[in-house]
Amino acid sequence: MHRPTLWAAAGLVVLLLLLGLLSLLVGSGSTPMGRAWDFIVGDSSARADAQIRLAVLDVRLPRTLAGVLVGVALGAAGCLLQAVTRNPLAETGLLGVNSGAALGVVIGLTYFEVTSAYGVLVWALVGGMAASGVVLLLAASGRAAGSPLRLVLAGSALGATFHGMTSYVLLGEQATFDTYRYWTIGSLAGIKTSETYPLIPLIALGLLIAFCCVRPLAALALGDDSARSLGHHPGRIRLIVAAAVTLLAGSAVALAGPIAFLGLLAPYAARAVTGPRMAGQLVLSALVAANVMIAADLLARIVIRPWETPVSVLLAFIGGPLLIWIARSQRMSTAGVAS
Amino acid sequence: MQLTVEALTSGYPGHTAAVDGVDLTIPSGQVAAIVGPNGCGKSTLLRSISRLHKPSSGTVRAGDEDVWQLTQRRAAHRIALLAQSPQAPEAVTVAGLVRYGRHPHQGLFRQWSREDEAAVREALEATGTTDLATRRLDHLSGGQRQRCWLAMVLAQQTPIVLLDEPTSALDLGHAVEVLSLVREVAAAGRTVVMVLHDLASAARYADTVIAMNAGKIVANGPARDVVTAELVKELYGIDADILRAPGDGSPVVVPSAKARSVRAPEKTAQAAEETVQAPGETAQAPEKTVQAAEETAQPPEKPVKQSG
Repeated sequence: MHRPTLWAAAGLVVLLLLLGLLSLLVGSGSTPMGRAWDFIVGDSSARADAQIRLAVLDVRLPRTLAGVLVGVALGAAGCLLQAVTRNPLAETGLLGVNSGAALGVVIGLTYFEVTSAYGVLVWALVGGMAASGVVLLLAASGRAAGSPLRLVLAGSALGATFHGMTSYVLLGEQATFDTYRYWTIGSLAGIKTSETYPLIPLIALGLLIAFCCVRPLAALALGDDSARSLGHHPGRIRLIVAAAVTLLAGSAVALAGPIAFLGLLAPYAARAVTGPRMAGQLVLSALVAANVMIAADLLARIVIRPWETPVSVLLAFIGGPLLIWIARSQRMSTAGVAS
Repeated sequence: MQLTVEALTSGYPGHTAAVDGVDLTIPSGQVAAIVGPNGCGKSTLLRSISRLHKPSSGTVRAGDEDVWQLTQRRAAHRIALLAQSPQAPEAVTVAGLVRYGRHPHQGLFRQWSREDEAAVREALEATGTTDLATRRLDHLSGGQRQRCWLAMVLAQQTPIVLLDEPTSALDLGHAVEVLSLVREVAAAGRTVVMVLHDLASAARYADTVIAMNAGKIVANGPARDVVTAELVKELYGIDADILRAPGDGSPVVVPSAKARSVRAPEKTAQAAEETVQAPGETAQAPEKTVQAAEETAQPPEKPVKQSG
């Protein structure tokens, strides 16, 4: 095993535990940190305090858990998608997951009178998966089946279509528009445990598929001809991995709404440590994204206290300049963007 | 392991067959070089042998197994291919690259083993890249890089090795280095089939030269029998002298410096002269060139003389 990767992974796990703890202690409300700490270490008076219990167990814990899940899912999905498309700028929205989820939410709100957050989540999940499914079907048919270019083309074409349909539905529905507007700014605020648990198996399945595909996925970097002569099926691998990306990115968007940059930047940070080692990339990318997600969510609670900033806005503020820096740096020129 | 190709026809929809009814037998431990002009079907033939392009009819056999009936993975145990311009993963080390060669021997539940380690070490040794193992591939010279790619293919430990223009991007020194390595690979018992652009190195390094033109094999045999001035004319439409190498008597192709007449190989020297002279009306300089060309084209002392 590659030593720097191991160290980085260990460091990130420790950091994630610390950030997770901090995430239980800090909030935008008026609960003092000391009391939250007392509650966690089991102080009986703090345990008896219903307000602290509510803040730590019902508000912050699910939110932290969701943050880790969304981070892991987006980090892994971004890493997979960049490998599959051989495009270091590929993002998790590429397969139409985000625009499909948006359309799902809008349809749910408008035509099925969904009111609960859970209902919105289900519609986002269904929409994202359906959109990505159609993209995969399109990409899997025809002569150049499973080529990265086909995948990207089908994704962006369908994404644009869904976007148009979403806008069309929204035009006539003021009430839907208000809720949608809130949804489309990705945030972890108000997430409940009951919404988080059902997505754990989906994310776990996505990760499992990803880890089973590590070797063929790595071989894709040699080009399709070489991958094939090493006994792999490039087209098939791309579609399987894209399905895993759908599970991961679909779950993430259902939990937290569309969150940009994370799936793009985390793999970059990971590659700086791992080099071309695919398994390491996947693990580090997931861990980096989880850390960034929790850190950003922490910041979101305190930058304009007592109000909250949506975590996606914060990530955009951090991610934009970072992306520009990457584009200007040396690494970009050697990354080799290929169709 | 013997490689047999029978009545192979392969092509692309809407075009005439790129490979048209080819029969071939390449015995174990031999180096065969497929040569021919651009578009003669040599690459398609290699792609059909290596399962990259499905032939429309005919069979490819590794030993007595039909290559196209095997699974992708089983086929990768028989035949390894070094693609023409393979892409390297960003920042990969030489050892990292060579380890890719072990993929067909690994699986979900069969991870990196001692056997894999030994195969990689052998491949690095055979190609003289052991010292480079920890270096980054993109920091090496073109010749070193090609040896590393060859090491990856050798680590696959297949009885048959296919090389698609392994020297096309190399200078003479590196090309010779790689081709000598190819000879050693065959000497170790593997069957090597390579597509080569350069007839001269094919004649020098291959046991068998297979010449293709318009999808068919026009000559197949030991270089000294096959490489003739007539063949060069047929393949490339140029006149050439065939000399004998002082060492081993292998044929050396020396293209004549006279104006090329690719479009109409049957033209006489005079006709060729006329075509060259035509644009000379505008300036004086081209006339000079023609004269110079004439001189070199007809030196009386030349041993073998072709058309004109």
